[in-house]
Amino acid sequence: MTDTAPTYSFETLQIHAGSKPDPETGARQTPIYQNTGYVFRDTDHAAALFNLQEVGFIYSRLTNPTVSVLQERVATLEGGVGATACSSGHAAQILALLPLMGPGDNIVVSTRLYGGTVTQFSQTIKRFGWEAKFVDFDDRGAVSRACTKKTKAIFCESIANPGGHVTDLPAIAKIAERKGVPLIVDNTTATPYLCRPFEHGAHIVVHSTTKYLSGNGTSMGGIVVDSGNFDWSASEKFPSLSQPEPAYHGLKFHETFGPLAYTLHGHAVGLRDLGPCQSPQNAFQTLLGIETLSLRMERHCENAKKIAEWLENDDRIESVSYAGLKSSPVYRRARKLCPKGASGLFTFKVKGGYEACRKLVEALNIFSHVANLGDTRSLIIHSASTTHRQLSPEQQEAAGAGPDMVRVSIGLENVDDLIADLDQGLKAALA
Amino acid sequence: MTYSDEMMKTVLQRTRTIACVGVSLNEVRPSYFVARYLKLKGFDVHGVNPAYAGQTAFGHTIVPSLADLPAETRIDMVDVFRRSDQAGAVVDEALEVLAERGLSTIWMQIGVEDAAAAARAQAQGITVIMNRCPKIEYQRLFGELRWGGFATGVISSKR
Repeated sequence: MTDTAPTYSFETLQIHAGSKPDPETGARQTPIYQNTGYVFRDTDHAAALFNLQEVGFIYSRLTNPTVSVLQERVATLEGGVGATACSSGHAAQILALLPLMGPGDNIVVSTRLYGGTVTQFSQTIKRFGWEAKFVDFDDRGAVSRACTKKTKAIFCESIANPGGHVTDLPAIAKIAERKGVPLIVDNTTATPYLCRPFEHGAHIVVHSTTKYLSGNGTSMGGIVVDSGNFDWSASEKFPSLSQPEPAYHGLKFHETFGPLAYTLHGHAVGLRDLGPCQSPQNAFQTLLGIETLSLRMERHCENAKKIAEWLENDDRIESVSYAGLKSSPVYRRARKLCPKGASGLFTFKVKGGYEACRKLVEALNIFSHVANLGDTRSLIIHSASTTHRQLSPEQQEAAGAGPDMVRVSIGLENVDDLIADLDQGLKAALA
Repeated sequence: MTYSDEMMKTVLQRTRTIACVGVSLNEVRPSYFVARYLKLKGFDVHGVNPAYAGQTAFGHTIVPSLADLPAETRIDMVDVFRRSDQAGAVVDEALEVLAERGLSTIWMQIGVEDAAAAARAQAQGITVIMNRCPKIEYQRLFGELRWGGFATGVISSKR
């Protein structure tokens, strides 16, 4: 926002952004405000808070001091203006869409998405009268052609789960600009340490903070981050932000709050009326995780690259899908968009197909058979029968989650121990 | 234009009295939001708008123009809620009638800019801030915006 303020690097911001010492006690670590209600100074103060004339604490469904620190920290690391934390990554997706969508509207989304997202978008959002159009995002013409007058957003993952495919964000962002709609990027797998979608033209970022941000597999959470750089009033497409809001006496969010409008709407309407707030305890755990994000992501990437290279050179492996490998079709794109590494998530196909995959998962001793990713522990799962189970075979293939492959989330253990575990597991699987 | 946090903080700390030119009494208009907020934060706010002249708001009678403010009133800052093409006239009027009455800052709201008028004011030693909102900057610089989940850019190890 300013020219002369010191600019701090990522490693400093991941520890300090949002968290000043507690003014009351001096407590240096962010306190857990396990609290629901807040005393108003007087009736004027209460009225100003309820009218959105002042920012402050009313009720922890809307704002909570511990959750606020998490919001400012992630917004800062992404280079955004503000953020709305919520109960899970799935809640974040609905919260991100709520200010944009009405019955009859649609979103254009990548086929390469986490299976739960595919199901949320292809099935559940229909009940709101919303529709998702699934397109191969490597086909720019198809993305462009899929957009209609009723399209209100374009949605993709920066590094897609499970196949580690990297989306060409600058190209997709150009299409979004041309269509006058925001590009929403799920940056869960990359984290802002590896990829900053706003620098590539995205307008909104969502995360499941459950994954690398919290990092230890302890705390569910999601967050929506706004870049503040989309003009909601440039067209008639986004009446919730540009037109009078009946629930606030005809207040126009964008006119009144400028670049803060989308985030304020996320709190004042999204969290208020849908209710998926994040718990202060989870926000605290996630903040602890983010303090070491850069260190962890470096090691996740280093371990994943070594293991992917080892697997690629092993005769028992059919193929490895990891954007950090020179053989990957998106290697150069990954170098450009995620120069520090391609994250710790990838898939590989075992010779022997589904049966060999099943035996491998069951034979491993360090890798855990778990439906999560971004943990300190290494995890493995057969996506087609679990995380991507609700998808049709065609959808599974398009998402990079066919029946003959497994997904691994490489942890922070010693890489030689991980390779040895995979080696013995493959022996057992193919015995 | 970019302005340092230090500079904007100094302006907001030295300011006591603000004339809001173009203030609305419609409770959902941005100018009402800002004026009411500044009043809540302890600033002495004078409304200026011919459309509401004679009505009372924020503890004072709204006047049609800066020249109509009571002669004994000191005004530290003029906050301009007018289109850019009308901002120059407001600046010139402020320089004419308020220069001897404490005027030290002219603040133009988001979307309001007039570089030539700004230069005229700066030549008289007046601080000019354009295309910013004093409410947003006050909330950002003094910690309130952080409660709402916004990136304030403020990093500090002090209580």
